[in-house]
Amino acid sequence: MRSARWIVALVLVALPQFAGEFYVNLISQIFIAAIFASSLNLLVGYAGLTSLGHASYLGVSAYLSAWLYLKLGIGHWLSAPIALAVTTVMAGFFGWIALRASGLGFLMITLALSQVLWGLAYRWSAVTNGDNGLSGLTRPQPFGLSLDSASAFYYFTLIVVAVAIGMMAKFIGSPFGAALKGTRDQPRRMSALGHDVRRVRWITFVYAGFWGAVSGLLYIYYHKYIHPTSLSLTNSAEALLGVIAGGSGTLVGPIIGAAIVVLLKNYVSAYVERWNMLLGFVFVAIVLFMPDGLVPGVRRLWARVTGRRKPTDAASNS
Amino acid sequence: MATEALSLKGVNALYGESHVLHGVSFALQPGRILALLGRNGAGKTTCMNTVVGFLPARDGDIRLFGESIARLPPEAIARKGIGLVPQGRRVFASLTVRENLIVAARSRKDGTRWALEPVFEIFPRLKERHAQAAGSLSGGEQQMLAIGRALMGNPSVLLMDEPSEGLAPQLVAEVGRIIARLKSEGQSIVLVEQNVKLALELADDVVLLNTGRVVFAGGVDAVRDDQALITQHLGVF
Repeated sequence: MRSARWIVALVLVALPQFAGEFYVNLISQIFIAAIFASSLNLLVGYAGLTSLGHASYLGVSAYLSAWLYLKLGIGHWLSAPIALAVTTVMAGFFGWIALRASGLGFLMITLALSQVLWGLAYRWSAVTNGDNGLSGLTRPQPFGLSLDSASAFYYFTLIVVAVAIGMMAKFIGSPFGAALKGTRDQPRRMSALGHDVRRVRWITFVYAGFWGAVSGLLYIYYHKYIHPTSLSLTNSAEALLGVIAGGSGTLVGPIIGAAIVVLLKNYVSAYVERWNMLLGFVFVAIVLFMPDGLVPGVRRLWARVTGRRKPTDAASNS
Repeated sequence: MATEALSLKGVNALYGESHVLHGVSFALQPGRILALLGRNGAGKTTCMNTVVGFLPARDGDIRLFGESIARLPPEAIARKGIGLVPQGRRVFASLTVRENLIVAARSRKDGTRWALEPVFEIFPRLKERHAQAAGSLSGGEQQMLAIGRALMGNPSVLLMDEPSEGLAPQLVAEVGRIIARLKSEGQSIVLVEQNVKLALELADDVVLLNTGRVVFAGGVDAVRDDQALITQHLGVF
């Protein structure tokens, strides 16, 4: 298991040396989608709160960073922390509103709030340039290093994704993470143990919003362009599909799920216009055959295969 | 007289329209075990739910070492020092044994008796299985975990709702030994039990509930000797 991890890490580090630019860019996009989906997974998988508005955090931080650069001429080194901070504060406010409910109510409030932002992005053209989107952006140059080449940007994203997933894993593995899972499974029991359930959920909501904002920054650095679709329901729903398809409540699941969504989007959309339909079929198939997602499903399948092997081994020995 | 560990005075509680606790009053003295007994539906669990704040008392007062907790939300009551071992155990099935305990950890200013190691010491089975999901434990182990989890909060008053329910006889005896040990360390306990024999062995004081009313409150000896009282309010056993 540990050696498998090292192999994956080695392949990822070496990838730009043997893969073409197209593939390097594709993997960069998967990394960005993976951070986005993993941050949503904190809510869906670990807090048991299904949000249909997670695009809000990706979109707002991306728009903010673009707007600060284009309209105020603020450089990346300052616009990035401002975008992250403002988006995180917004997550605090949205969480405060949405967490008055759980279940369907929570889902509808998150959806409504993100639709408001989407509408704003479309209509408030003085700031967002409406349907034309904001273009003419650049990538940052950390320590004077240009990120304009596919491989340089790839390595930048690789570092960010490693830090992001690591921090989220640490969050889940901490005592707070255990409390969070407790509030998902038995909120009432947690309150009888002295936990303020709403507060636990709110902190998680804000943390998820922060990593959503981080993915938004990478998103705008990658595309150097932003359009209201980044705030759309489709964007939120795709991330949710990725989380559920890959396996919510697991660390690896949303990464695999995000990869599937990005790959389908990029490959299939080149041949078929209605690529969404294929995504739908894949999703239905996953839910039919592995209801709790690919990662837990494959794990179970593997356990069954190796479990079967053991008795036959014993039989062949005797 | 010393301050009572836990006292209820004229507590009324309602589930929607139906009146389930009628002016319930009783008091638990520090370091003692009070057995709360009664038939099914007498209001024992409701009483516990009212103390921990799940079902707020309509009126009356509930005091923990003299401080009123009747109008507080459940998490605030827990922080004041009420620990609950819930009926049916209710461990967090998807969390590991260790996580179940860590989640409940709470230190106290006046000395923290319970933490991970002391709990593992009295429940060695839990230590063996610390990395296992709590849902995969046996019923008896889950009950130990539920007790350990409540202790992790270092409660000043421990409420135990039918800790022997559904356990094999030797496990019931084990639970009994643990409760006796906690008492010997000075833990104040309210014990709700269907197992009257076990309850009468352990308790110092007894409160009998019938259809939401206190019908008897007194020392355990008075109950033990009064077969008629037992038959009337608890049925035969």
